[in-house]
Amino acid sequence: MSRRYFGDYVFRSYGWRHLQSRVMIGLLAAACGLVLLPLFSILGYVVWQGLPALEPAFFTQLPGSVGEAGGGMANAIVGTLTLVGLALLLGLPWGIALGIYLSEYGRGRFASVVRFSVDMLSSVPSIIIGLFVYAWVVIPMKRFSAVSGGVALALLMLPTVARSTEELLKLVPGHVREAGLALGLPRWKVILRIVVRGSLGAIATGVALALARVAGETAPLLFTAFGNRYWNQGLDQPIASLPVQIFNYAISPYEEWHRQAWGGSLVLIALVLGLNISMRAALRRKGKTGDS
Amino acid sequence: MERHFDASLRELKEQLLGMAGYVERAIDNAVHGLQGRNPAKIRSVYEIERTVNREQVTVDESCVRLLALQQPMAVDLRLIVAIIKINTDLERMGDQAVNIANNSERYLALEPLKPLVDLPLMFDEVKGMVRDAINSFVRRDEALAREVLRRDDAVDELKRRIFTDVLAAMKGDPGRIDAGICLILIARNLERIGDHATNIAEDVVFAVSGEDIRHARREAP
Amino acid sequence: MTTTSPFLLETRGLSAWFGNAQAVKPTTLGCAANTVTAIIGPSGCGKSTFLRCLNRLHEEVPGARAQGEVFLENGPVYGPGVDPVAVRRKIGMVFQKPNPFPALSILENTVVGLRLAGVRRKNVLRELAERSLRLAALWDEVKDKLDQPGMSLSGGQQQRLCIARALAVEPRVLLMDEPTSALDPVSTARIEELVTELKKEVTVVIVTHNMQQAARISDRTAFFLLGEVVEFGETSRLFTNPVDPRTERYITGRFG
Repeated sequence: MSRRYFGDYVFRSYGWRHLQSRVMIGLLAAACGLVLLPLFSILGYVVWQGLPALEPAFFTQLPGSVGEAGGGMANAIVGTLTLVGLALLLGLPWGIALGIYLSEYGRGRFASVVRFSVDMLSSVPSIIIGLFVYAWVVIPMKRFSAVSGGVALALLMLPTVARSTEELLKLVPGHVREAGLALGLPRWKVILRIVVRGSLGAIATGVALALARVAGETAPLLFTAFGNRYWNQGLDQPIASLPVQIFNYAISPYEEWHRQAWGGSLVLIALVLGLNISMRAALRRKGKTGDS
Repeated sequence: MERHFDASLRELKEQLLGMAGYVERAIDNAVHGLQGRNPAKIRSVYEIERTVNREQVTVDESCVRLLALQQPMAVDLRLIVAIIKINTDLERMGDQAVNIANNSERYLALEPLKPLVDLPLMFDEVKGMVRDAINSFVRRDEALAREVLRRDDAVDELKRRIFTDVLAAMKGDPGRIDAGICLILIARNLERIGDHATNIAEDVVFAVSGEDIRHARREAP
Repeated sequence: MTTTSPFLLETRGLSAWFGNAQAVKPTTLGCAANTVTAIIGPSGCGKSTFLRCLNRLHEEVPGARAQGEVFLENGPVYGPGVDPVAVRRKIGMVFQKPNPFPALSILENTVVGLRLAGVRRKNVLRELAERSLRLAALWDEVKDKLDQPGMSLSGGQQQRLCIARALAVEPRVLLMDEPTSALDPVSTARIEELVTELKKEVTVVIVTHNMQQAARISDRTAFFLLGEVVEFGETSRLFTNPVDPRTERYITGRFG
């Protein structure tokens, strides 16, 4: 009899639980939609507005004269790529080294000070970074330059790279390091050739995300790389970049420039998104060999 | 904390003791039947022996099951190994009781050879050995087990005496050879039972102390 | 100079600490060449710590230290001027969880110790890989897929890969820290079989939670309790007739 009672109870409550489950899943789906909505509306709107501006000339020509139709953003596209490349060159080794230090040797007071400083750096507004670089690089050099822009972007990506590297290396279980040590390998070799090598894929994702983040930065470039309506004449000279160009065009009174700003936005989004997606795809393929 | 395994071990020991009880009864009935010239009592031995055989199988099954499922170690392992061996010895004792019963039946059908004097003495000695061997197992009493081993010699001595007497009687009257042989065989059966009792005592020493004393004892002068 | 001992690996008064907590009390043990020594005992009895002192891995844990002496082939393992890295080349180790190096292929995993020690010739590495994988009884299963990631193997295969990796640097001693506790019975049986085979090549010290395993594969067994060796002796004797009542209680499961 108690069995039967128990059975009825379970059976009745099953319907109720089922309903609860459905309601909750529905709520979750709605929340997902809410998150995705802005992303796709932004993407959609930018494509809709920007696509008409993307003529071949947009990719090959310098900006036209003020208010005139025609011309393109070739210099800004190349400029952004150059700045990102510089940031990578300057920030990556430093950031990864810092991440390795924090993960592998990061014990004690000094390390926690370093970790805290890195966290502080990541919360400094990007315009302040720009000001800092202006004071420490632009003024001594007595000119705006591609290098100073690269330094600003490198400073911006440093904490992200360092912390993501640290976190990823910490995911490698301690016994993997011990297994390396137990083979009679010095610690530095174990770290570089086994631990870091094993996480290289994941670290690259972290770097790609950091790059994507800084590629769209405008504020720190305003008074470092400054912008340039022509081709850059050298790394110690001002250089154009997509975000700054978009900013300048968007606040101008000219219809044609607004149109081109949308085109630039689309290209920037495509660059960042493309970087992101291609990196992930490359990792997905390699990922089968990585990740424990 | 009593382990589940301990409960199983206790059950197994009780099984074995039950079986030992049947064996003792079989020996008693065979010899008492002979002494009291009671064929019905003698025949009861056959039924008891069948029970002993069934019990032997059950005890073996329990031992194999415990070995397989519990993988006992140390004292537990030694105990189960000892039980397996004791089990065999008890069953053989049952067989010997049947042999005694057979020989007694044949003896009772013949003219008595002479009054039984040494045979009851030998029976008491063997019975005491069996009892003490089993008691030493129950109480895990190593000293008692070693005591059993020492008594084997007394049994051998009694057997020799019986052989001498019976042989003398047989030489005096060849017509009594049949009856004489029956008595000799019974004495020999009793001696075998005593040997099984010493085996049990040796197994008890092994179970309790882990010391294997079999060959040390037999090979010593 | 130390006196010559009959043991290939020997500890004298070896003790270990984590900070102020003593994990292993002074322990003196000897392992003869080409034998398997099992270390058993309840969790937290210091048996793994003891094992990790033998190849000086213990000291890599922050705050951990060891004291006393260890000798490998009569040479000191501890002491001024002894390089732990050199010690570890001679005393290999296999861990509880199979841990092939991520992102390395089966071949790379096997020879990584040699590769990073400077052996570069491809054909030499490949030959040594085959030798080690054969020793670890893994060759037949992986010979057609040496370029696949080590992580793609099953748990039992991964553990044998780790054994091959440890053997590739040709150690004198192989320490195994509960090497089968994460494996299924079939894989466990293969590793046990393997250990018995490996005796010909190396001296094995194995920590195990599984007493039957210790009984099956070891020549001598040490029983640790609360950081000290309670009993050390022939495995067959220890498991049938232990001397110390604490050993008896432990191996018959009557503790606690």
